[in-house]
Amino acid sequence: MGTFDVIVVGGGPGGYVTAIRAAQLGMNAALVEREHLGGICLNWGCIPTKALLRSSEIHHILNRLDDYGLHAKEIGFDAKKVVARSRAVAGQLSGGVKHLLKKNKVTVFDGHGRLNGPGKVAVSKDGESVADLAGKHIILATGARARTLPGLEPDGKLVWTYKEAMVPEKMPRSVLVVGSGAIGMEFASFYRDMGAAATVVEILPDILPAEDAEISAFARKAFEKQGMKIHTKAMVKSLKKSTRSVNAEVELEGGRKIRITADRVILAVGIVGNVEDIGLEGTKIKVDKAHVVVDEWLRTGEAGVYAIGDLVGPPWLAHKASHEGVICIEKVAGVSGVHPLNTSVIPGCTYCRPQIASVGMSEKAAKKAGRAVKVGRFPFIGNGKAIALGEPEGMIKTVFDSKTGELLGAHMIGAEVTELIQGFGIAKSLETTEAELMHTVFPHPTLSEMMHESVLAAYGRALHM
Amino acid sequence: MPIQVLMPALSPTMTEGNLAKWHKTEGEAVASGDVLAEIETDKATMEVEAVDEGILGKILVAEGAHGVAVNTPIALILEDGEDPASLDDRRLAKVPGGAQAAAGDGAAAGKTSAAEKGGAAGEGSAPASTQFERGTSDRVFASPLARRIAADAGLEIKSIAGSGPRGRVVKADVEEAIARGGAKILDGGAKPTPTLAEAPGLPAFEAVPLTTMRKVIAQRLAESKREAPHFYLTVDCEIDKLLAVRKELNGASDAYKISVNDFVVRACALALREVPAANAAWAGDSIRLFQRADVSVAVAIPDGLITPVIRSADEKRLVAISNEMKDLASRAREGKLAPEEYQGGTFGLSNLGMFGIKEFSAVINPPQACILAVGAGTQRAVVKDGALAVATVMASTLSIDHRAVDGAVGAQFLAAYKRLIENPLSILL
Repeated sequence: MGTFDVIVVGGGPGGYVTAIRAAQLGMNAALVEREHLGGICLNWGCIPTKALLRSSEIHHILNRLDDYGLHAKEIGFDAKKVVARSRAVAGQLSGGVKHLLKKNKVTVFDGHGRLNGPGKVAVSKDGESVADLAGKHIILATGARARTLPGLEPDGKLVWTYKEAMVPEKMPRSVLVVGSGAIGMEFASFYRDMGAAATVVEILPDILPAEDAEISAFARKAFEKQGMKIHTKAMVKSLKKSTRSVNAEVELEGGRKIRITADRVILAVGIVGNVEDIGLEGTKIKVDKAHVVVDEWLRTGEAGVYAIGDLVGPPWLAHKASHEGVICIEKVAGVSGVHPLNTSVIPGCTYCRPQIASVGMSEKAAKKAGRAVKVGRFPFIGNGKAIALGEPEGMIKTVFDSKTGELLGAHMIGAEVTELIQGFGIAKSLETTEAELMHTVFPHPTLSEMMHESVLAAYGRALHM
Repeated sequence: MPIQVLMPALSPTMTEGNLAKWHKTEGEAVASGDVLAEIETDKATMEVEAVDEGILGKILVAEGAHGVAVNTPIALILEDGEDPASLDDRRLAKVPGGAQAAAGDGAAAGKTSAAEKGGAAGEGSAPASTQFERGTSDRVFASPLARRIAADAGLEIKSIAGSGPRGRVVKADVEEAIARGGAKILDGGAKPTPTLAEAPGLPAFEAVPLTTMRKVIAQRLAESKREAPHFYLTVDCEIDKLLAVRKELNGASDAYKISVNDFVVRACALALREVPAANAAWAGDSIRLFQRADVSVAVAIPDGLITPVIRSADEKRLVAISNEMKDLASRAREGKLAPEEYQGGTFGLSNLGMFGIKEFSAVINPPQACILAVGAGTQRAVVKDGALAVATVMASTLSIDHRAVDGAVGAQFLAAYKRLIENPLSILL
């Protein structure tokens, strides 16, 4: 039996970062991972989809080469190679994680980890016991998986989850995406830019419902302009599969039903925590709506057992999981100055085209919270770099507390905004007000100038509008 | 409504303190003068005495609490017959003004001229407790947002403990400070900037510009100590009878609330009538003997002190003195006294009893020849008829300008004063 200071169950961005941080703090750490180091994020999520979206973005640009004065013959793609590149990217990074863990002297166990009495974790592989571990602190980071709805069960062939959607053998001519969150919109955008017809069905009134309503509306217009079909306040009632396509019955707002036929259906209706078969039964660990219940320091109801990341609930973001892991282990190690996670400074990025990024409160949420706000907006069309890039579509919106000048939220849509948002992330973390942002020099010509202008606009001082 | 006990200011510059110990528990009966709690600053630990009587209904600030802002309600006292349910009404209005928990109210803010000065000067910038050492620099690390919210709320960022990296003050810290009643109020003036040390080995400091009042205090009191040959006489007065009379008087009507200090003001005036030689001033080429006993009472106000005068205190009834003192003290704190209200007293009085000071000697406020420094009434072992007994004893020290008043006269005055204090019915006459 191996004995460790800390045992991390799950090797995703939450788990492996926790193990590395534990090792940095001088703890003897073990990591149990049943499938891939790096977890869904690195192997079947964030990273491989970014590789796919890069291909589709280039494909899109190739189709408008003339705008840039260029021409090429025989524009096309090889779906197998697009997918192969995506897999290679994931493989390279997973190897990198393995190396990092080794460098930090984290002992990795290949198998399925399960709580096995106080302070114990049993590791098994294919039903056979691999190891019995003992540890003072056990951190559960088993992540989450795609949620399924009754009647819309994925079959891996015609009805996909993110996993199949990431490795198409050939490009479908049409896709029906159920759910318009970040995952749904990224796949819709990918397949649309690769030339497929794309339809999105969303049960809520807006697509990308987590975003500021104005950004959601802007995104919808942009997608529809690209030829995407979007149905909001709509629900897929049933799927009828034939050999090569699926016919879906969709109930629209007001009860009218339509039928949509698509080569493939992609389900993106949220995720549920992997709470099963990890030994929670008989412990004091509470599970609520498929997520483990924890306190602000990620402690479960069972002494010495912690849970982080997707397993404990939204926002389902890799960087949130990593940060929770660091907070959890630093608290355990007694590092001074550790603070619970402030969810208002976690940025969120969606890599569809146009890109969407945000941090903090939407205008609506801020008003609902009783804050008097000042709102600034600046359009891409007013920015030199955006015009030069041939990306004049988009906007940056900032929301300030009109009394204190606190930056409550920033919301962006357009080219490369996922790389811009962290500027406002730092501003929020350092608690800057509009005054410091106004006094910050933004380089010219860059897209980041729009961040400056948006802040100025909130106070009626925009220079280029 | 329950009576609020507020965190007292133990010095004019104190902005917050620690609640070291509760001497009473919830539900315990409290009599006027009882020690309720001990308050600790970086300088000293002092006792908070109850002004009101009743039952300690609720302790609002737990023992061991740090950084409790001045004027934060720390406990609620239920008056006789009051419904404990009223304790649940937490939306209690904040009582403005100085500390309630004090032995006297008019003089609640009574600060002595000089002895206090020494203490206050050292008290300087009672630094906020921080989780991190800030070193010798006065630089405060704070987020821009925290600074702005603090400025809007009138809080001094220096007085707020930071919880961010390396003690940086962040929004949450300021919001917490506001929620618990705030820290030091800025007086609106430009913030002095820290200056580098001039002499080697001296840490960096802040040069606080002198206010007009500070200049006057410095000039007058330095002159007093330089010119007036001070000498000091101290007597112990037993005040159990006085406290009993006071309790009875205060229990008889809601129209007034007489403080120990009100008795002292009138006792001084009556004693001056008996010993007119003590009611004197040195005038260089003559000694002035006053024909009226006008008692100047030191009152602490933001950034200094002032001495409003109770004129002809020997001819005023106790209730009149009490009401006048309250009015003068509160207007003094608001800076609304007219010059004639604080100029020209004939005899000085400074009471630090409410701060738990046992006894002290005050600096004479020229041209007056005498100032009486009154300490706290505390229970002490005394010998009576050869047996040990317990009495509440209050020490009073007379500072005398020997140019105008001699020791024998001072002693006569104190004898008269002591007799009055110990036979309080004679003060009522």
